[in-house]
Amino acid sequence: MSSSQLSKSLGPTLSIVAAGCSGFQSALDPKGPRAEAVAKLHWSLVTVATVVYIIVISALLYALWRANRRQNPGNADVHHETPEQAETMKRGVIVAVAVTVVVMFAFVFASVSTGSADDRLQGAKPLRIDVVGHQWWWEVKYPDPDPHNNANTANEIHVPVGRSVLIKMTSQDVIHSFWAPNIAGKKDLIPGHETRTWFRADTAGVYRGQCAEFCGHQHAKMAFYIVAEPRVEFESWLEKQRGEAEKPTDSLRLTGERIFLTGPCAVCHTISGTGAGGTTGPDLTHLASRRTIAAGTLPNNTGNLAGWILDPQGIKPGAKMPPTRLEPQELQALLAYLENLK
Amino acid sequence: MRRIRFSPRRQVSAVALALVSLLAVASCKREQRRFRETPPSATAANLVTMSELQPGPSVVQAELRNPYEDNAYAVSEGKRLFDQMNCSGCHSHGGGGIGPPLTDDEWIYGSAPQNIFSTIVEGRPNGMPSFRGRLPNYQIWQLVAYVRALGGLQGKAVRTTRDDHMMYKESEQARDKGHPSPTFVPPTSVKQ
Repeated sequence: MSSSQLSKSLGPTLSIVAAGCSGFQSALDPKGPRAEAVAKLHWSLVTVATVVYIIVISALLYALWRANRRQNPGNADVHHETPEQAETMKRGVIVAVAVTVVVMFAFVFASVSTGSADDRLQGAKPLRIDVVGHQWWWEVKYPDPDPHNNANTANEIHVPVGRSVLIKMTSQDVIHSFWAPNIAGKKDLIPGHETRTWFRADTAGVYRGQCAEFCGHQHAKMAFYIVAEPRVEFESWLEKQRGEAEKPTDSLRLTGERIFLTGPCAVCHTISGTGAGGTTGPDLTHLASRRTIAAGTLPNNTGNLAGWILDPQGIKPGAKMPPTRLEPQELQALLAYLENLK
Repeated sequence: MRRIRFSPRRQVSAVALALVSLLAVASCKREQRRFRETPPSATAANLVTMSELQPGPSVVQAELRNPYEDNAYAVSEGKRLFDQMNCSGCHSHGGGGIGPPLTDDEWIYGSAPQNIFSTIVEGRPNGMPSFRGRLPNYQIWQLVAYVRALGGLQGKAVRTTRDDHMMYKESEQARDKGHPSPTFVPPTSVKQ
C-alpha cells in the first residue's frame, strides 16, 4: 500500500472515529463534572500512551538498525561494546524503568482521584432519586418525606440542570450497571445491597444511558434516558408525576380501563388511582408521558404499543412480559386508555 | 527414524471412531429456551375434572402432560413467578405458613401436573386465589414445573439451587425424591 493510498483509506476511518466522540451517548462529550473528569482522564491517558508508544517503537527501530549494522562483516569494530558504551546502555535501562514506574504511579493517582470526584458533589444538598434494576428495565422513584408525594416512573430520569443528584441503587434480580456516559461513569446495581452515585447535568438535553454489566438475554435492550431540564420545567414534570392517573371519561377508554383491571395487565403493573397495584412490571400511571417503551427499545406510539402488548417476545425475546390475547376492539379500547395516561 | 505404519483395517477403524465421536459432539446441544410460546394446552383448565364419577357412559380422560416437565429454564421461570405472583406470601418459599407447605409429602389436592394446574387456575377453598385470566397458560405450567420441583418431583438436574432467602430446609437440589399423596379428609371425620 502506497502512502497516498494509506492516507486515503485512513482519512474516512479517522473521521468516523472522531464523529464517535461527540453527541448522543459518548463519554467524550461530557455534560457534567463527573463525565468531564472521566473525559480528562481519558485524554491524558491517551496522550501519555501515545508518547510512550512513539518512544518505545523508536528505541526498537534503533536496536534493529544497530543489530543489522553489527552483522555486517565490514563493520568489525562494532562487534564488541566498549565498557563506556555498556555503561551508557545500563544507565538508559535504569532511567527507562524509573520513568515507567513514575508514569504508572501517576496513572494510579489520576484514576483514583477521578473515581473519588463524585465525593465532592455530596455536600451540595442533592436531589435524591432511587433506581432499581430489573431484567430488563429501570425502575425510577422520586421519594418524598410525605409518601403521598412519591413519584414512580420507569426508564426515564428527569433531573434539574445544575443541581447535584444522588442516586441510590439496588437490583431486583442480577447485577446491572448504571451508565450514562455523557453524565457520569458506571456504577453497579447489586441485589440486596445499596450503592450510590452522584452526578450533575450542566447542560439541558436528553442523554441516553444503558446497562453496562451483562445481565441476560435482553441486556442490549436495557436503556434509559436522562432528561436534564431547567428547574421550573422539572418541578412541573415532578408535580404531574406525583398525581394519580388521568380518569377515563368516554366509553371507549372506560372499556379500556376495565380490560386493564380485569385482565392480566393489572397483575404486574400499577396505575395509581385504580385497583391495579402490581409491582413486577413498570408503573404505568403516566405511561403516555414517556418517550420510549420497553426500556428504550421503541418510540412510544400507538403502533409500537399495540405490537408490544400483543407480542413482546417478538420484539424483545426473553422479556418477562408475556403475550396478551385480545380481540381487536378490546385492543383498541386498551390502547385508547393507555395513550390517555399523560 | 522408523515410521509406524498402520494396517488399512486399523486406518478404517480409526476413521470410523472419529466419525462416531463427531456424532457425540452433536449430542452437546443445550436445552431449548422457547420464548415465543404458542400457548400450550390452551384449554387444559377445562379438561381437568374434580371427580372421576360422571353421568352417562364413562369417558377415559387423556392424561395431561406438562410441556415443561424436566425443563430447567421453565423451573427457574416458575421460581421467579412464585415470588412475583406472591405465592411466597402464603406458601413461604415452599415452607408453608398461611398456606400449606409444598415441600412435604401431604398434598391436599394432588401432585400431578394437571392437579396443580387446576389448583392455580381455579383456586381452592380456604384462601387459595384463582389466577384464571390473570396469567397466560404457559406461565401457569412454568409455575407447575417449579411447584413440582419444590416437592422433589423433578429431576435433580433441573431443580434450582440458588436462594436469596433464609433456608428452612436443605436446598431444592439436595432434597430427596418426594412422594406426595392426596390427603384430603372431610373435616367432620377427623374427630371420630
